[in-house]
Amino acid sequence: MSEAFNPLVASERARKAGQYAVLGAERPLKLDCGAELGPFTIAYQTYGRLNAAGSNVVLACHALTGDQYVAGTHPVTGKPGWWELVVGPGRIIDTERYFVICANVLGGCMGTTGPAEVDPATGKPFGLSFPVITVTDMVRAQAMLLDYLGIGDVFCVIGGSMGGMQALQWAATFPERTFAAVPIAAAARHSAQNIAFHEVGRQAIMADRDWHGGDYFSHGTRPHKGLAVARMAAHITYLSEQALRRKFGRRLQDRSNLSYGFDADFQVESYLRHQGSTFVDRFDANSYLYITRAMDYFDLAADKGGRLAEVFTGIKTRFCLISFTSDWLFPTADSREIVHALNAAAAKVSFVEIVTDKGHDAFLLDEPEFHGTLTGFLNGAARERGLG
Amino acid sequence: MNVAAAPPARPRAVRVDLLLIADMIGANARVLDVGCGDGALLEHLARTKAVDGRGIELSQGDVKECVSRGLAVIQGDADEDLADYPSGAFDYVVLSQTLQATRNPRRVLEEMVRIGARAIVSFPNYGHWRVRWQLLLRGRMPETDILPERWHESPNIHPCTIRDFIALCDELGIAIERQIFADRKGRTSLGGANRRLANLLAEQGLFALRRAR
Repeated sequence: MSEAFNPLVASERARKAGQYAVLGAERPLKLDCGAELGPFTIAYQTYGRLNAAGSNVVLACHALTGDQYVAGTHPVTGKPGWWELVVGPGRIIDTERYFVICANVLGGCMGTTGPAEVDPATGKPFGLSFPVITVTDMVRAQAMLLDYLGIGDVFCVIGGSMGGMQALQWAATFPERTFAAVPIAAAARHSAQNIAFHEVGRQAIMADRDWHGGDYFSHGTRPHKGLAVARMAAHITYLSEQALRRKFGRRLQDRSNLSYGFDADFQVESYLRHQGSTFVDRFDANSYLYITRAMDYFDLAADKGGRLAEVFTGIKTRFCLISFTSDWLFPTADSREIVHALNAAAAKVSFVEIVTDKGHDAFLLDEPEFHGTLTGFLNGAARERGLG
Repeated sequence: MNVAAAPPARPRAVRVDLLLIADMIGANARVLDVGCGDGALLEHLARTKAVDGRGIELSQGDVKECVSRGLAVIQGDADEDLADYPSGAFDYVVLSQTLQATRNPRRVLEEMVRIGARAIVSFPNYGHWRVRWQLLLRGRMPETDILPERWHESPNIHPCTIRDFIALCDELGIAIERQIFADRKGRTSLGGANRRLANLLAEQGLFALRRAR
């Protein structure tokens, strides 16, 4: 099954199924690393209709392994969009009211230019010759997409995890284009612990003999084993100890006794193996390296000497930050740090910590208090925006 | 799941003691309401005085309610979160009926007059004659309309009287600009300016404070 997957084919199919824009042909995107990128492709999806005033745009930003298919059926995986619970007609981000845009991030593998793309200069996939990108680069590319679509400012930039980082970066880089920002389960900088977990994942990929220094397409291989291990390790960090205990405990998988071997005796092992093996069917290993790196490099206040409040001085954007009690990847303290900086900058900020045992992934799951808060904030901001 | 169609926020009835506080606040002021509950005061101030308001509230449910009314409110508490605000960030910092429930009322008062040009504090007066009466005659901790919980259920870990409060302000070099003595419904002019009499007759005290130069 996994042999059939080819990121280039998936990327092509995602482009065909959705929308895409070729940007930066005349004026390339200047990346943080110093390189210039252009022309490049951004694959994106839109939901709902842009109103006459152009004032109802919601930019949804996806997390590390997400993509532009925020709602509806995914054309490659056949599964529902990653925020199906939140985005759609009559949902919290009501597509009958808002014009929702979600773009695959730069460096991604669902149609947007990334390391799996063929480098026009060599006729071969970029691999590791693809420039290292940052969250700021992703956001600048999204801004170019909005320019291309003729959209000025955005009613709300919203996202969880790396999507929350993008929401913060939007407010910091384009405050005048960001009416409201909702960073969920996010942080102003990636923590040492999170960089450490990402490094484990990257090392797993690079230790796979099929990785071939990132040049696996030329060798007709793909580092599925390494990518699966990376996904398994990462997936643990998206859950919580309580959730693992509740879902699996020490229950055995399809057996009544221990095997005294290294099969997946425990349900939790079987679950993780499944997560790993299905992930390689939809994700490119080099993209995983590049996007985790972008998260590691994220430090919103780096050019302000770490003084986060200075990032937001004079900002008019309304913020709503949300964290989850059992999230140990982006703990509440990370959100509070941002809240304190926003308060110090006299910004308009709301903040709620949601009580849940579902860990970091809670932002993707059915969590009524979280959804109630989102609804409330969006309705309040929409009134201020004159969206009725 | 269809939760998007929330009704538009309507003005709500505002508690009389909150109206007394609102009367002390000037138009277009920057206000921080500490322990803002469901945001009734902030909403009232935004509507009637175009105040730029912020709130801090402990309860997740109340924060959600505030956020849904378009108010900028963060989940937190007076003991933990005031330290992070810069000095002079607000024109007014309000603490309504909460001082007696804080872990460190002294520190909270100091922070309030640091953050705000003025601080407005209201609290239940444990010197009220009914409280004294219950303690004196029954020998039991008082339960009154304004202090309804039993002693082991009460969040009020630092009860004080009006005279206690005034003494603390003196100690901290905090100037009292205005004082209002009221019953539980916010009816004023109890004891007039006589603090000893007010300490006996008023069920709550309301003070406008600022840091003395």
